[in-house]
Amino acid sequence: MAEKDLEKIFQQKVDDEIKIEPKDWMPEDYRKTLIRQISQHAHSEVVGMLPEANWITRAPSLQRKLILLAKIQDEAGHGLYLYSATETLGVERDDTIEDLHSGKAKYSSIFNYPTLTWADIGAIGWLVDGAAIMNQVPLCRCSYGPYSRAMIRVCKEESFHQRQGYSIMLAMANGTPEQKRMAQDAINRWWWPALMMFGPNDADSAHSAQSMKWKIKRFSNDELRQRFVDMTVPQCHLLGCEVPDADLKFNEDTGHWEFGEINWDEFWNVVKGNGRCNRERIRDRRNAYKEGEWVREAAMAYAEKKRKRKEATQAA
Amino acid sequence: MSTKKNWPLWEVFIRSKAGLAHRHAGSLHAADAEMALEMARDVYTRRNEGVSIWVVESNHITASDPEDKEALFEPSGDKIYRHPTFYDLPDEVKHM
Repeated sequence: MAEKDLEKIFQQKVDDEIKIEPKDWMPEDYRKTLIRQISQHAHSEVVGMLPEANWITRAPSLQRKLILLAKIQDEAGHGLYLYSATETLGVERDDTIEDLHSGKAKYSSIFNYPTLTWADIGAIGWLVDGAAIMNQVPLCRCSYGPYSRAMIRVCKEESFHQRQGYSIMLAMANGTPEQKRMAQDAINRWWWPALMMFGPNDADSAHSAQSMKWKIKRFSNDELRQRFVDMTVPQCHLLGCEVPDADLKFNEDTGHWEFGEINWDEFWNVVKGNGRCNRERIRDRRNAYKEGEWVREAAMAYAEKKRKRKEATQAA
Repeated sequence: MSTKKNWPLWEVFIRSKAGLAHRHAGSLHAADAEMALEMARDVYTRRNEGVSIWVVESNHITASDPEDKEALFEPSGDKIYRHPTFYDLPDEVKHM
């Protein structure tokens, strides 16, 4: 069949909401777009463990520590679901990881900000995971089957993350004046980066139109960002905290919260590698991979030895 | 493509509770079957998702080709007499 006809059949399936599965014919650009997006999503889950890991040994109680460990373990799991989904598109896991280490592949810029106080762990769960959920829920209906299935699992697990974050914020906001100050300070530092997580404004978003047509993406960056702001502002007020935006105001007619201009220079600066923690994050990932190499090799050698021993016993 | 010998890929199947079939949950890399089981437990059953796990090395699975979909599955489409609703029975026959 001619490529043009295959493409027509493919688009018809997408339009009819029939999922595309790994062995189905797909346009090369669809494959490439998915490889880029899913692998970067996987990298984000994995790099996302680093800022939180900073607080495991400093958690204020054993319960908070157990919760944080469980959350971080989830992030590792999410990374694994997503790497597996990437592999269904015909790339090797090692190659995707190499792209992260070389800087060729990106991950969410939000993880290039430091976690300075315990309140940051609350703000990350509430705002960062909250923004991630807003992005990920529509991805559960993505046209590519393995990505959609991975996102369904991720979303089920992620809502605990956001609630534990808000629970930390509640405890801090209702605590001592010092704790309350820390809560506000964390909101001040995480609010704008969280809004940036939805990506550039629609007019400046390079891949959006095609991704919408392929139903990889369901809503535009600005739509999702607005939903997040509408949902989160009342939650912030409930904490008794302020949103760090002088232009924020509720529009009675539209029912939406209008917010100020995002500092896109900061956004692009961090994307380009000049955020507070970009170098540290990649260095830590590279080291973890390098230092784990002997473990991977030893496990493989041990598996081989066991297999040979088993064969010998069976032959005897 | 990397030249190193990597951990092979395994497919994971989970029985969510007694009485239900094992269902595909996802995949993972592991050095051998034993490790694949241990990892499947950590990756796919962190919230009581299962009571039993199967793992099988991915390259041991033989799959039908999507191109053969019509040849394989269409013939059953017009055999509606295989479904009970095909048969009109008098109302007097209450349950059958």
